[in-house]
Amino acid sequence: MADIATKIVTQNFGNEAAKSIVEYERLGGYAALRKALATDRGAIIDEVKKSSLRGRGGAGFSTGLKWTFIPKEAKSSYLVINADEGEPGTFKDRALLAWDPHLLIEGALIAAYAIRASHIFIYIRGEFVREHSIFARAVEEAYAKGYLGVRILGSEFSCEFVVHRGAGAYICGEETALLNSLEGKRGWPRLKPPFPAVKGLFGQPTIVNNVETLMNVPWIATHGGDAFAALGVPKNGGLRLLCVSGHVDKPGIYELPMGVSLLEVIEKHCGGVRGGRKLKGCIPGGSSMPILTAEECDVAVDFDTLMTSEKIRPVESKPGEIFHFGGRPLRTMGGSGGVIVFDETTDMVAVCARIMRFYAHESCGQCTPCREGTDWLARITTRMAEGNGRPGDVDLCESVACNIAGNTICPLGDAAAWPMMAFLTKYRPEFAAKIRTAA
Amino acid sequence: MPLVFSTEAKQKLRETVARYPSAMAATLPALHLAQAEFGHVSDEAIEAVASELGLSPAHVYGVATFYTMYNKRPVGTYHVQVCTNVSCMLDGGYDCLRVAQAAASVAPETFTVSEVECLASCGTAVCVQVNDDYHEQMNVQRLEALLGELGRRG
Ligand SMILES: Cc1cc2nc3c(=O)[nH]c(=O)nc-3n(C[C@H](O)[C@H](O)[C@H](O)COP(=O)(O)O)c2cc1C
Ligand code: SF4
Ligand code: FES
Repeated sequence: MADIATKIVTQNFGNEAAKSIVEYERLGGYAALRKALATDRGAIIDEVKKSSLRGRGGAGFSTGLKWTFIPKEAKSSYLVINADEGEPGTFKDRALLAWDPHLLIEGALIAAYAIRASHIFIYIRGEFVREHSIFARAVEEAYAKGYLGVRILGSEFSCEFVVHRGAGAYICGEETALLNSLEGKRGWPRLKPPFPAVKGLFGQPTIVNNVETLMNVPWIATHGGDAFAALGVPKNGGLRLLCVSGHVDKPGIYELPMGVSLLEVIEKHCGGVRGGRKLKGCIPGGSSMPILTAEECDVAVDFDTLMTSEKIRPVESKPGEIFHFGGRPLRTMGGSGGVIVFDETTDMVAVCARIMRFYAHESCGQCTPCREGTDWLARITTRMAEGNGRPGDVDLCESVACNIAGNTICPLGDAAAWPMMAFLTKYRPEFAAKIRTAA
Repeated sequence: MPLVFSTEAKQKLRETVARYPSAMAATLPALHLAQAEFGHVSDEAIEAVASELGLSPAHVYGVATFYTMYNKRPVGTYHVQVCTNVSCMLDGGYDCLRVAQAAASVAPETFTVSEVECLASCGTAVCVQVNDDYHEQMNVQRLEALLGELGRRG
């Protein structure tokens, strides 16, 4: 595991000057791109595979493997950068765009070269007005210096860069909704298959990657896949950004090795729970991911440990009945790296209700179980939070959540159902206490 | 009365369309432009976007109503958007929302208030976006001061 002083994507945080291309180059920037352009495409993909870099947007899928899904016969493809950051508790991509735009452009260019992309599109969340203007300026600088456009740095490789703004819709972070939105449509997720790598943006083979994912690519191109893998733990290469918010002394963005313990992050790096209070629980990967109790927080934050550690009690669909996902008990997941910490005074019913209102608001409405189910969950948990729960409400939440899970076009349905089930699995008595018994 | 884009806006729109393989792909940028030009996205603004891009008004309407950032109704000088999602809620997001609503009830022309979802600023809660600008680490006192200042500026 890496020394905790090692930084990759946050190394220029706090350095105002590094936003300009001149300073970025002076610090060694765009050397990785030069090296990549002189390397065989297949060799780059092999290094990224070896690095065991996994997607930082939420699903944790192997980046190198994803790149190989572009059909061999495809003459060209598109690379889409997902900068729609909207998962509650997550605030890294906004900072990355503003602090180190050229690292993202460089990483995206290496990826685009590897997959023969003719265009890179970035989808920037609409609210990020300031970040959009910083990033758009960086793209202009990169064009002016010949890093973008026709025959980049005198090579055979040409690539255009299009900066696109969203307009306010969490669902557009989901990759197929994002593609529809980029095409100028409502952000409705598409049925898969076909997967974007085969038929994506404007019908072309398309790879969608998260901002943080791509910003690790120049380091891999420079130092090699093995070196990156060695920074983390097996199958989970490198460092990852944890966005810590809620009841900690020092909330913020922490770039730490993959195997670090969640409890250590809270107690050591973030200065512990605020005001000397006790830890009650934490959400490890954005609001879509099942919550952990204080006792369960002493686990490594890598994708596999959070999914499989026996220290984490499996989520139940009803008392005593373990809920399975992907052939194994659902525990939790690393998701987007958004860590929300709760102290002992937290009203978990109020937190759960707020999360349910979020999903009800953001459901795109295409699937009945999601549209109706999230609305029900929001209404029932909110009345419980207000102390007006009715007899049977706890069981009703459970059955509504079960009807959503696995029955929808996109994972937003699960993203509402899983936390609901997890809150009930871990904090059921608190919910039961909100039921108003006969007056 | 039908709305017409300014010459500069039309030029900008043509440049935007040229970057995409289809005119439809310029729907979102065109609606952003319309909001900037006309203040909000009225039915007339939707017609203007549709005719500029050669798309059906129904398509543009469907898109304009799907996304939260397009204001279908006029907003005050300052659109105060308070995040009340979990991290902000833990730090007083709802108290901030009440402060903003109180300010708007006194000066509705100046302030329009919306409760919004996570603004990706959870480490510096409470986050309040006023028009394009983020204001972080807000609390009741700081927000009252900010709105007081904006109110005086008008
Ligand atoms: C409802 C929903 C919202 C999502 N939001 C985001 C997002 O804001 N940013 C992001 O990178 N990925 C988001 N994702 C994941 C993307 O669908 C996709 O997996 C990811 O962008 C792929 O990039 P990666 O492999 O580099 O992680 C979301 C997924 C779902 C289901
Ligand atoms: S699961 Fe929900 S958000 Fe996803 S496509 Fe269905 S209705 Fe839309
Ligand atoms: S919860 Fe308010 S900015 Fe994320």
